[in-house]
Amino acid sequence: MEAKQYIGEGWKHAILIIGAIVVMLPFYMMVSMSLKSQQEIQSISGGLIGAQETQTFPVCVKTGYSEETCTMKPYQYNYWFAFEKAPIPRYLMNGVIVTLSIFIIQVLVALPCAYALAKLRFYGREFVFSMVLFCLLIPVHGIALPLYVMLAQAGLVDTYSALILPWTISVFGIFLMRQFFMTVPDELIDAARMDGMGEYAIVWKVMLPTAIPALLAFAIFSVVAHWNDYFWPRMVITGNRDLFTPPLGIREFRGGIDSDEFGPMMASIVTVTVPLIVAFIIAQKRFIEGITLTGMK
Amino acid sequence: MGTISLKNISKSFGSTQVLNNLNVDINDGEFLTLVGPSGCGKSTLLRIIAGLEQQTSGDVLIDNKNVNRVRASERDLAMVFQSYALYPHLTVRRNLETPLRLRDYNAFERLPLIGNFSPSKKEKTESINQLVNKTSETLKISELLDRKPGQLSGGQRQRVALGRAMVREPVAFLMDEPLSNLDAALRVHMRSELSELHNSLKTTFVYVTHDQAEALTMSSRMAVMIDGNLLQLDTPQEVYDNPSSLSVAQFVGSPKINIFKGTADSGGTVSFLNVNLKRKSSESNTDLHIGIRPEHLEITNESNENTFSGTVAYRENLGSDIFFHVNIEDGSNKIIVRGLPQLTHQISNGSSVNIKRVSDKALLFNEAGMRVQFTNA
Repeated sequence: MEAKQYIGEGWKHAILIIGAIVVMLPFYMMVSMSLKSQQEIQSISGGLIGAQETQTFPVCVKTGYSEETCTMKPYQYNYWFAFEKAPIPRYLMNGVIVTLSIFIIQVLVALPCAYALAKLRFYGREFVFSMVLFCLLIPVHGIALPLYVMLAQAGLVDTYSALILPWTISVFGIFLMRQFFMTVPDELIDAARMDGMGEYAIVWKVMLPTAIPALLAFAIFSVVAHWNDYFWPRMVITGNRDLFTPPLGIREFRGGIDSDEFGPMMASIVTVTVPLIVAFIIAQKRFIEGITLTGMK
Repeated sequence: MGTISLKNISKSFGSTQVLNNLNVDINDGEFLTLVGPSGCGKSTLLRIIAGLEQQTSGDVLIDNKNVNRVRASERDLAMVFQSYALYPHLTVRRNLETPLRLRDYNAFERLPLIGNFSPSKKEKTESINQLVNKTSETLKISELLDRKPGQLSGGQRQRVALGRAMVREPVAFLMDEPLSNLDAALRVHMRSELSELHNSLKTTFVYVTHDQAEALTMSSRMAVMIDGNLLQLDTPQEVYDNPSSLSVAQFVGSPKINIFKGTADSGGTVSFLNVNLKRKSSESNTDLHIGIRPEHLEITNESNENTFSGTVAYRENLGSDIFFHVNIEDGSNKIIVRGLPQLTHQISNGSSVNIKRVSDKALLFNEAGMRVQFTNA
């Protein structure tokens, strides 16, 4: 019986391990390529980190640096050149500004909406909620053009507003938080009302703290989606490099006159990906701790 | 002061009528229990008093002031909920402080950081601290103040919930089945604590429960509600001894009252089974329900015109009492008889027994379930 169980568990783990390898492999390639020299990348040799021989990099010299400056180890060169060629810190900061603004405004809108839809009784509530569900079905790409035209008319193309405004009302956020609020006992809200809180105070002082786990889940969806978004920034940021978000920044390394330089390109991708992964790990810990509703029965 | 008057209160949700023209006057300092089976509308009535629910028609008066249009927080009532409803993210101290902070601080003082610059805030904070400390000492929860509700046991949460209601020193306490989440032993213990608390606070308590035992033990008056109607409002003893209707008689008292089918003849003489009551009913020539409580029946060795016989189906030993569930001979019903252990310990399941009634204790109800009086008591 027990041996059988172990075999069963073994199968499960074998399949999971294969899945994990499939998912991890691109990341492995990315990190590995960001450390190796161009020759090693193209000849697919050198294992994880390559030989790390000090050498002079021709593209660097062509760009106008002295030969002395351009002589270093491949991993140094890849990261140094990535930051030299593109203002990556600026892109990262843009990414932070845009994703955080979007998330904060989404929460400001979604929480009161979700509270009203879950806990307040008013005429037409079910209709409003069904409209929210309906909006979940609208694909972003379907309304991209009208949105662009509206922003252009308002003169907002090539501004932070163009990156942020279209995403501030998240129906998914409203739906997710509404479903969570449905599980919060009515008595907690009644108690807050008896204590003298108004409806807005209830949303921010009672519902928000109890909803932290759901909010974290939503934060991950929202931040990942908008940090990685390429489609929308590509549409509304037409020329101003100062407004480039990280995915637009990475594009700078593609093609171009000096041929593809995979090393610095991968180095920039690593730089862009790391903040998300770190945020994930921190959030995951909070996820597990989670504030539960154990104050209730 | 803490008088509450309910005048002609009705409430319906859509087409369902939940409360039916209720009139209740609650005196200052009274412990009034609203009791009834689940779904009788007692919680709705409490929520209407609290202002959490709006009545369809009728008036709520607190201290003779009409509060129909006054918000829940401004009625100066405190409520204790069945699930305690403590703020899960705040410590016990902050839970107790919350109603006071909301009452005493103005909007500016409640702001984080800059609120501290208000000159009067310090004084207010001190008085809040004093009140919280006083309350937590009364309820013996001082050592719990820095914990979160999740780290407390059920009984401790119950106390904190009481404390949150008490700190504000409201005109009345509203309690919605506050003991029903506790285990049996703790529930009995908390009953006496609540009664003591009521005695020392001398504030009006309105207490909702479906447990008639809680109503009987704690309240100064109890209101029995069934199906949205107020059937009887009186002291627990009076409700027990003199129920106004069959449903009240059946709801109050554990084990349940025994109901016999009987008749009154043309002269009004009441009889059931082979037993003839010596007294006359005010209604004659009709079928009656005769209610006799288990403690008013005795197991006896005699066999005469005042006794009837049956077979013991089940023996329920509670230590201080033994309750016998008896199938009576004509098979029409099963009744419960109380026996004293020292007299009846040898009676076992299946044995046949004679049962005698204690005179003057029968209650008469007509076919409609309304109480019928005896003429010559």
